[in-house]
Amino acid sequence: MSELFNRTMTTIAPAPVKIIPAEKVEPNRIKTEEMILNVGPQHPSTHGVLRLEAVLDGELVIDVIPHLGYLHRCFEKHCEAMTYPQVIPYVDRMDYLAAMNSEHGYALAVERLMGIEVPEKVEYIRVLFAELQRIASHLVAVGTFGLDVGAFTPFLYCFRDREDILEMFEKTCGARLLYNYIWVGGLSHDLHPDVLKMCRDFVKKNRATHAEVNNLLTFNKIFVERTINIGILKPDVAINCGASGPMLRGSGVKWDLRRDDPYSIYDRFEFDIPVGTGKMGTVGDCFDRHWVRMLEWEQSLNIIEQILEQYPQDDKTDVQKAVPKRIKPAAGEIYSRTENPRGELGFYISSKDGINPARVKVRSPAFVNLSILPIISRGYMMADLIIILGSIDIVLGEVDR
Amino acid sequence: MTNQEIYDKLKAAYGGAIGSFHEQAGSAYMTRTSSYADIVEYSQIAQICQYLRDEPTLEFDNLNCLSCDDNGDKTLSVVYHMESLSLKHYFALKVTVPIDNPVVPTVTRVWASANWHEREGWDMIGIKFNEHPDLRRILLDDDWVGHPLRKDYKEPEFYRGMKVGY
Repeated sequence: MSELFNRTMTTIAPAPVKIIPAEKVEPNRIKTEEMILNVGPQHPSTHGVLRLEAVLDGELVIDVIPHLGYLHRCFEKHCEAMTYPQVIPYVDRMDYLAAMNSEHGYALAVERLMGIEVPEKVEYIRVLFAELQRIASHLVAVGTFGLDVGAFTPFLYCFRDREDILEMFEKTCGARLLYNYIWVGGLSHDLHPDVLKMCRDFVKKNRATHAEVNNLLTFNKIFVERTINIGILKPDVAINCGASGPMLRGSGVKWDLRRDDPYSIYDRFEFDIPVGTGKMGTVGDCFDRHWVRMLEWEQSLNIIEQILEQYPQDDKTDVQKAVPKRIKPAAGEIYSRTENPRGELGFYISSKDGINPARVKVRSPAFVNLSILPIISRGYMMADLIIILGSIDIVLGEVDR
Repeated sequence: MTNQEIYDKLKAAYGGAIGSFHEQAGSAYMTRTSSYADIVEYSQIAQICQYLRDEPTLEFDNLNCLSCDDNGDKTLSVVYHMESLSLKHYFALKVTVPIDNPVVPTVTRVWASANWHEREGWDMIGIKFNEHPDLRRILLDDDWVGHPLRKDYKEPEFYRGMKVGY
């Protein structure tokens, strides 16, 4: 036995052991095993039903693989059996936080396909409601982003004000979230006579809320420390990856379809395009995206004030005057886009001279923005991943369609 | 640059690979954003897109949308809508492939945004994007059979023991 022991000792040379003094140990270089952590699908921080497969090294995120489709209804297939106006309720259910903007985008696409001009009054109501809806959507985005970071109170303030907007919509068309209000060529109802006054009161009240949310959340030291210098998206990467909306502008690219490819009557109003400037940290970090949303909210209020000034109150035009009796576009195809609260909402509609569309494909901004998540979250902490996801502001109804 | 000028430039550079130009006749917006050129030699689509992106007078830095479609006549098509943020012009390309061998080279290396659009195209229409880095289904489950947006698609009666129809 001892002979065997001795023989092994002599044949196998012991490996030289290098002792590293404690002060020279580099923790980042210690090899650890990768771990896969599942986030979602049922989790508040995923803003709906999204599953993230996070590959972790300790607490560092090496890679993220989003798994989508939990809310997939294949509405594009349904569209093939629907007439053009019947598609509008489906479009509502896509981005349920900004249904008005989706309807506007779709109605505009079909109008451009058919060459329909809508009355001026209808344009004013559309833009008014689109901007109100943009504020409502940003209120949810800002509120839930606060929740992700750990601030609960701003969320309640945001939802209180959103309620006022929904009330205006309810008065006008009877629905709070999914309206079927903007039709091809017109609107389902005229503006309720109370809405203009409600709107004036709302703008005053909402400006105060804006300042309040800024004080409570945006300039809160904990919030700033938590959101700066993470999830940095560089401008050239943002463009190449197809980012749009606050995600693109947060990276410092001054690009807004309301100004750069004006539709409806947006060229009549004066408003700024806020961009990320690295106010607290780096250009294109999570704070910048939040800050751009806050500034856009203010700009939308400015637009609403201008609409209230210019609105043709004595105009008694029927809002359904330009609604065609029969919607049957000539053969052709169109790619039409509008600025949704989340970015560029595009509709590719192919018509083969029938009463129902041959193909409707939606380029949803949240879908494309979400595809950037793996690129901007590599190398950050797991806790930062939740904040980065929150700063993208996804709506899963639109991602999965 | 107008769409016609862009088409002429592209035709001069790639000649026979570029097919005819389809001007959309509806509104002015439609003509501007949705007029497209057919690509005959679709094996060259990646090079053509690279050229459109890198040529300084064209500079198509943004791929807005990549849509796949079943034309209903045994062909599938892919439409690329692109724009230039700096020069503010638009163009679209269209590739038509036979349904029994729908293979199109990927443009992911030109525009990273094509990645998920192409995965969606594979999932819904069943176009194989050659050399795509990660061509998996995206909206449907991995074990789903068939591509729902094809015109001849019939949904399965059962999926994992659950009745599909209602």
